[in-house]
Formats: sequence, C-alpha cells, structure tokens
Amino acid sequence: MAGHVLLIEDEPNIIEAIRFILSREGWRVDTHSNGVDAADVVRAKSPDVLILDVMLPGRSGYDILRDLRGAPDTEELPVLMLTARGQNKDREMAERAGASRFMTKPFSNAEVLDAVRSLTVTS
Amino acid sequence: MTMLNALAAISILYVFFLFAVAFFAERAARRGRGNWLHTPIIYTLSLSIYCTAWTFYGAVGSAARNGFEYLTIYLGPSLVLIGWWWVLRKLVRIGRSQRITSVADLISSRYGKSNLLGVGVTLLAVVGTTPYIALQLQSVVLSVEVFSGAPDGMANNQPTALWVAVGLAIFTVIFGTRNLDANERHHGVVMAIAVEAIVKLAALLAVGIFVVWGISGGVGPVLDRIDASALGRWEVQGGRWAGLLFLSAAAFLCLPRMFQVMVVENDNDAQLRMAAWAFPLYLMLMSLFILPIAVVGLDVLPEGSNPDLFVLTVPLAFGQDGLAMLSFLGGFSSATSMVIVAAIALSTMVSNHIVMPLWLRFNETRVSVSGDVRNVVLVSRRVSIAGVLALGYLYYAQSGGGAALATIGLVAFTGVAQVLPALLGGIFWRGATRAGAFAGLTVGFLVWLYTLYLPSFGSGAFVPESWLETGPFGVMWLNPQALFGITGIDPLLHAVLWSFFLNTIAFFGVSLASFPSPLERLQGAQFVNVQQATGPRSWSQSGAQAEDLMVMAQRILGAADAQALFLREARRQGLDGHLPMTSPEFLEVLERELAGSVGAATAHAMIGQIVGGMSISVADLMAVADETAQMMETSARLEAQSRELTRTAAQLRAANDKLTRLSVQKDAFLSQISHELRTPMTSIRAFSEILRDTDGITREEQNRYASIIHDEAIRLTRLLDDLLDLSVLENGQVSLNIGQGVLSDVLDRAVAAALAHGDEQVLMIHRHRSREEVILNTDTERLSQVFINLIANARKYCDAGRPELSIHVEQIAGSVNVDFVDNGSGVAPEAQDVIFEKFARVSDQKAGGAGLGLAICRQIVSRLGGEISYLPGRGGAAFRVSLPLNQALAAQ
Amino acid sequence: MSGAPQGSPLFVERQTYRRRRLVDAARALPVLGLLLWLLPLLWAVPEEGPSASTTMIYIFSIWLGLPIVSGALVFAMRRLREPAVGDDT
Repeated sequence: MAGHVLLIEDEPNIIEAIRFILSREGWRVDTHSNGVDAADVVRAKSPDVLILDVMLPGRSGYDILRDLRGAPDTEELPVLMLTARGQNKDREMAERAGASRFMTKPFSNAEVLDAVRSLTVTS
Repeated sequence: MTMLNALAAISILYVFFLFAVAFFAERAARRGRGNWLHTPIIYTLSLSIYCTAWTFYGAVGSAARNGFEYLTIYLGPSLVLIGWWWVLRKLVRIGRSQRITSVADLISSRYGKSNLLGVGVTLLAVVGTTPYIALQLQSVVLSVEVFSGAPDGMANNQPTALWVAVGLAIFTVIFGTRNLDANERHHGVVMAIAVEAIVKLAALLAVGIFVVWGISGGVGPVLDRIDASALGRWEVQGGRWAGLLFLSAAAFLCLPRMFQVMVVENDNDAQLRMAAWAFPLYLMLMSLFILPIAVVGLDVLPEGSNPDLFVLTVPLAFGQDGLAMLSFLGGFSSATSMVIVAAIALSTMVSNHIVMPLWLRFNETRVSVSGDVRNVVLVSRRVSIAGVLALGYLYYAQSGGGAALATIGLVAFTGVAQVLPALLGGIFWRGATRAGAFAGLTVGFLVWLYTLYLPSFGSGAFVPESWLETGPFGVMWLNPQALFGITGIDPLLHAVLWSFFLNTIAFFGVSLASFPSPLERLQGAQFVNVQQATGPRSWSQSGAQAEDLMVMAQRILGAADAQALFLREARRQGLDGHLPMTSPEFLEVLERELAGSVGAATAHAMIGQIVGGMSISVADLMAVADETAQMMETSARLEAQSRELTRTAAQLRAANDKLTRLSVQKDAFLSQISHELRTPMTSIRAFSEILRDTDGITREEQNRYASIIHDEAIRLTRLLDDLLDLSVLENGQVSLNIGQGVLSDVLDRAVAAALAHGDEQVLMIHRHRSREEVILNTDTERLSQVFINLIANARKYCDAGRPELSIHVEQIAGSVNVDFVDNGSGVAPEAQDVIFEKFARVSDQKAGGAGLGLAICRQIVSRLGGEISYLPGRGGAAFRVSLPLNQALAAQ
Repeated sequence: MSGAPQGSPLFVERQTYRRRRLVDAARALPVLGLLLWLLPLLWAVPEEGPSASTTMIYIFSIWLGLPIVSGALVFAMRRLREPAVGDDT
C-alpha cells in the first residue's frame, strides 16, 4: 500500500532521519540534495509524494514547486513542504507556490508520517 | 538834555543786558544745559513779539481815535490760541516733523518743494514786513523825540533811526546766524525777546496802574471817566469789528515773525499747550489799560497831542520820569524784538529761496565741497539781515514818517495774510495743488496791491486820483476801492473781502482743475496726515544728526556693521564716543557704505535728507528702508525655511529608507537565525523520537543516532555562542583584555587550536617565524580567535588537492600585516564584497558554520583598532589582518 | 486720513472717551469765544449804544474766562494723557 516518496533536502542528518521514519512504514524513499536539477529528478522519478525543503543549494524550493505546478504531469503531485524559517509569510509563500501541505522544522516524526499518508489518500 | 543823556545811557545798558542774556542763553544751549530754554513759559513769552511798538504805542492812539476797535487786533490771536487744537497743533507738528524754516518754506515744501512759490511768499513777506520795520524805527525815533523835547519832525533824528537799525542789524547777525543747524532755533534771541516781553508788559501795566490808581483814583472812577469821555459809547462798525478780528487772526498765523517764534522755534507740544491759555491772558493784560490811558490822555493832555505817545507823555506830564523811562524801555523792547525776529525770519526766506538758489545756479561746479556751501549760507543770511534792515530804514526815510506809516500796519497784515488760504488748504486738504496755491497767492497779492497797498500811499502817489474817483480809464467797476461797484464799505474791509474771496476762489478752483505731481502728493499726505506720521523728531543737536544717521545706517547695514563703521570713523576723528562728527569725509564714507546696499542715488538722497536740504522726508525714506529690510529679511527667512524643509525631507527620506532597509535586514537576519537554529533542532528531535519510539534498533544504529544528536547539539551551542559573541561585539559592550604578547605565540596557539580536530582535511601551514617576533599590545585571546577562524576557514574551504596555507607577517609604516593565503580557488569576485556580512556563506559545502565567523572577525579586528580585508588576485583565498603598530612600538 | 482707520474700535474705554470729549470742548471753545465777542455788535441800539465800561467789563470777562477754561482743559487732558493720541472724532 505504501508508495514512493522523493525527498529533496540538503541536510544529511535530516535526510537520514526521514528516510528511517518512512522506510520503516514501508515507503520507498529516494533522496536528492541539490536544488538546481531537482525538478528534472522529480519528473524522472515520478514519486507518489514529494517532500521538498525550501532552503536548497542552487535553487529555492518555491521556485522548484512553481516549476512543477506549471508542468501538466506534476500539476497534481502531492507536495509536502518543509521549512526551517518559521514565519507566517513563509507559509503564505508555500501556499501560493502550490504546496499541498506545509510543515515547519522541527517536526515530530508522527506528523511527517501522517502528512505523507494523508497526501497519498486524498490523491 | 540830561534826561536825554540818561535815556541814552539806560538804553545802552539795556542793550548790553539783552546781549548778555542772549549770549548766556546761547552758551547754555550749546553746552547742553539749555533745558530751561525749552520751557513753555519762555515759548509763551516769545510769542509776545506780536505786540510790537505799533501796538505798544499805537493801541492807545487807535483807542483814542477809534474806541474799542483796537481790541480786535488782540482778540483775533487770542481766539487762534484758544483754538490751538484746530490749527496750531497741526502747524507746529508739521513744522517740527518737516523741519520747516519759514512760512515760505512751509508753502514751498507742501507744494512739492516749489521754489517759485517760495520766492512768491518771500516777496510777499518782504513787501508786507518792510513797512512794519520802518514803523518800529519810527516809534523809537518818536519816543526819543518825546524826551528830547524837540518839535515833531524827523530831520534831526534821522541818525537815531540809523543807529537803531545798525545796532539791531549787529545783534541779529550775531545771535540770528550763530548756528546753522538743520533747525532754525535761536535760543539767545528767544531768551532775549522773552525778557523783553516781560519788560514791555511790566511797563504797560505800570503806566496803566499809575493812570487808574495814581491819576483817576481807582477802578470805579476810571470807568466813570471812560463812560463820560468821547469814547464812552460802544460804537463800532460791525463789519470792521468782525473783519479785523478775522484779519488779525489770519495775520497771527501768517506773519513771518510769528511763524518764526510759534512754529520754527517750537520744540514740543507742551509749549503750545501752555501758550494756549497763557498767551491770551498776556494779550488781555496788554490791552487792559489801553482804554483808560487813552481816555486819561485825551483828558489831561493839551489838544492836538499825539495820542500814539500817550504812554510816554502821560507819565511825563505828571512828572513821573522814572515811569516814563520804563515805558520807553517797553516801547523800545517791543520795537527791537519785532525787528530782530522779523529780520531773522525774512533773512531765512530770502537766503533760502532767493540767494541760495541763485548762488547754486551760478556755482554748480563748486557745490560738491560742502564746507563751501555752509559759508555761503552764513554770508547770505548775514547779508540778508542787513538788507532787510536797510530796506526798513530806507522805507522809513522815504515815507517821511508821520501818519502815513501808522496806517500801514493793517495794510501789511492784509498783504501777509494772503498766504492763509494756501497755508490752511495745504495742511488740511490733500487736494490742494501747487498750481492752486500759486494762483491763489498771485490773485490775492495783486488784488491786495491794487485795492489796498498802492492806494495806501495816498491818492496820486501810485494810483492816479482819477482811478479812485471814476475807476481806471473810466471803468467804474474796476475802481480800486469799489470793485464791481461795491461802494459804501470801508476801504480796508473792501480790500480784505475781495482779496480773500478771489484768492480763495482761485486757490480752490485751480486746485480742483489741476493735477499734483508725485512729490506734491507725497508732501500733501505728509502734511495733512502729520498726526499719524512718525512722532516729532528732535534735530536740535548735531549729535542727534549723527544719531539719526546711525539709526538709518543700522537699518540698512545691520546693527553690528553700522556700529563698527561709526566707531571706526569716530576713532579716526579722534573722538571717544561712538558717534563721529558729521564731517564731509565721514558722510562720504557712509554714503559709499550705504550705496553698496541701496544704490548710490538712494544713499545720496538718504544722507542728504538727514544732513539737510533735500526733498523727500526722512520718515519716508526710513519707511522705505524698513520695508526693504523687512522684505529682504522675510524672503531670506523663507528661503532658509525652504532649505531647511528640503533638508529635513531628505533626512526623513534617508531615515525612512534606512529603517526600511534595517527592517528588511532584521527580517532576513531573524529568518536566517531561525533557519540556522531549526535545522540542527530538526535532526535532534527526529533522532530523539526515533530512539525513543522505535523498537528493535540495532546497537550501531543507536550509537550513530546518538552521536548525530550530540554533534547537532554542539553545532547549536556553537551557533548560539557566535550569536552572543557578535551581539556583544556589535553593541560595543565587549571588554577587551589588553596585554602584551608576541605575535608568533598568538599564531602558535591559533594554529594548534584550528588544527586540533583531525577529522577534516590536512592543511599544510607555512610560516616565517623570524618575522613573527613582533610584540603586540592587544587582546591576544581575541586576536587568536580571529586567526583560528581564518585558519579553520582555509582548512574547511580550501579546495586544492593538497591544501596549503601561508602566513606572512610584514611591518609597514606603523602597522603590522598578517596575511593568510591558501592555494585553493579563492572566493568568487562577486562574493568578495559580502563574505564579512553575517550568514554570508558562499560555499556550497556543508561546513557546519552558521556564516558568522568572518563577521565576528571583522568586529574583533575593528575593536582592536585594525582592519581585516580580502586580498583579491593572490592565487587562493587571501585575508589580511592589519593591526596598528604604534601600540606595539609603545610596548617595546 | 478720512474715515475710521481700520481696526479702530467702535467704542473706546472710559478714559479715551473722556479725552475725546475734552478735545471736543477744546475745539468748541474758540467758536464760543468768537460768538461771545461778536455779540456786542447786536447790542448796538440806534443812537444809544451800551456804555463803554459795561462793554469793557463784558469783553474782558470773556477774555479772562476763555484762557481759564482753556487751561483747565489742557490740564485735564494731560491728566488723561495716553501713549498714542489719535486725531479723530
């Protein structure tokens, strides 16, 4: 039942933590840590859920998301955005860019799982 | 003859006494101790020159001949003074504010400084006054004859008149042209005539008292005696009574000598306020005993005695030689005071309106030398005085004395009073014009000449007898004494009526029809509105003149500059005070200074105005100067305000921009902090939960996750340390621990600390220890923190295959440079500007730093008085720490 | 200038009012004097005029009275002296 998750994040420790959490629940987790070619990687891997960090080297998560929403095959892709900047305007920017869900670091592991699960169910 | 000798002796003593009085008064005034000279009582007494010998002797004669009519001559002036609020108050204020020097000056100045009018009025005054002076000479001669006992006739006494004329000329020249200030006040003369006023009043009262109580036996009997005499009925011609009342009032205002004492010599309103009640009383006392003396004289003296001399002959007849002597002195006083003042007034007019204009016309080139003009004015005044007296004497000698002269008094009054319409119109009616005044004066003068003056010499003298019978060339309605067929009234009244009527009509009509020049309109406004104009100004001292110049200069140049200029000039003249003398040199300097501010022409006009003799009044120019200064001030203030506003607006904009920028920076900073804090916390929380919640984690996994948590916790701590460090450094709250240290030691410690954690790449470090033996006086802990940071950066970011770092130490001109150069690819040019900013992490690599290191370094170095910079083009990344060496040297 | 100057009050304080009435009196005084001194002209009965002594006493009484009143007015005015004296009604 579990699907395929693509995680785009540059902090190795956070990648490791999320991979651990999701894979124990049966998700297949791919990771990528650079912003510049992130959109291409998403198209190539076509995951069920995308977890996208905002502060990425090379390109911001918002730009990547806007890019994805502009393309027909990724238009509907469920995207969970993660950010370490806890301000309201970051949430607004995420919503405007087309994020399905938005989470502020640090998060609890259960939250991440719930979020990923709910995204696959609704889609 | 002994009596005559006594008389001569007393007269000469009296004259010396007057000289002394005049001299001391003049000296007191010059020494500034003359306040008492301005007292109202002196002013009031000086007005008494109205009572001449013609009134002193002639009033009794007139009363003996015409009864009560003589009173009108005194009632008219009394009314003028009682009604001072109407005319005199305004007249004296105009006189003071416009510095009027004579009635001719008043008319001329009111009508736009018309010299033609000035000349006209002057001629009128000379024609009207000369017979009067002759009359005074005659009275002196007649009174002397009374004592000499010689028969009537003047052949023997021609010398008396001549000596009197010469003596008066000398007195007048001495005291009348002594000072030539802008004002025409003569303290000596005024004081002398005030004394004479007392003498003549005392003399007349003494004679009167003698007549009433000494001869008649009291008030009751004398009244009975009057009623019983030929004068015992109130029989006056109504027309003459009213006409003479008017004529004397008019003449009182217009007579040159009255104008002189009343307006020109006036100093303040208080003088006039006292004269308003005191002078009518004086006149009343002067006329009180006239009728009794006349009645008694007619009674006791033989038939045919000259009633004009009753004042002398009645006491003589009763053997009162002393009283007669006093009476003589009274008459002498009356005659001399009148002649002196009239000569001054006339000479002023003649000199100002006739001699000076002519002289200036023929000597245009010499006017520039002002001392020259002053001398000319003095000479011209003196010559004029002598001329006026000579004219009076000649008139007396030619007229043959006798009755012909006695009637001339009223004739002269009528002529002089022709000025009245132009004068009153000028001060009350702004519509009065020069053309109107000229027309009125001309018409009035001609009518007076034709109907009264010429016929007064007797028919046949100037006017053919037939003219008075049938009119000129048989034209009856042109008969000089019955114009337009009006016959049956007194010739004097006829002349008064016609001259004033036609004069006024011409004045009014032509004024209405003509249009005044700008200067006339300006002067008209000044005269008519004198009450609203600036208060009376005193021009009595030349100091006041310098002061006025000072006031003006301050308004134009500004107080400080003007005062400095005046002080400098005063010093140059060798004076102690702040005001220089108004010498030509000083005026030239001042004019040049002022010209710089207001233009040459204006400056010349303004100074000319204050030091005398130009057209527009000072008050006007002051007003202009004030306005200009105010306008300049206002506009300067507005400009300044506008500049200020612009500056403030710019400052506000800058402040706003800065705040906006700061706000953006603060947001970015908070964002960054948030990010930097949350990232390690995320890992810590995630792995903590994993460790807590997950079953069946392997031992290795447990260890690994625990060490991640540990590392991230350390990262957090370091970040917080850095933030605190930076905050403290930025706020300047850091306390430096200054001490001596050797640079090589500091570097040793730094290298050791930076390379301590061996899990990163290996860095080769090259140093030249010999150069590092520099003693520094600094906070070595902080300095080593900087070095550690730089070495650690090289170790983290140097991307060379075999990373190497060279540390060069170099002493250059008061500072020591410590360069850290690695062999990597260096910092990209576009990033070089920002590497010292907070969170400016340029590398993609994860280095575990928050990007605060170099920001902290910069803060520390600047606290230590040095500088840290990036050196481009040195192969790899190159940082230079530059520290001041003076401290280092001082330490050595 | 004719007319009330701009800003001059319609009603003035008591002292100013008094002063203006004094000025009115000072202005009226010469007119009164003139009328009184012209009055004897109307006495002249044909043939028999009034006696000289009566006339003299009449004229000199006025002559004494006018200056006294005039002087009283001057003193009263000075007592009510104010800094600026407008020359109007």
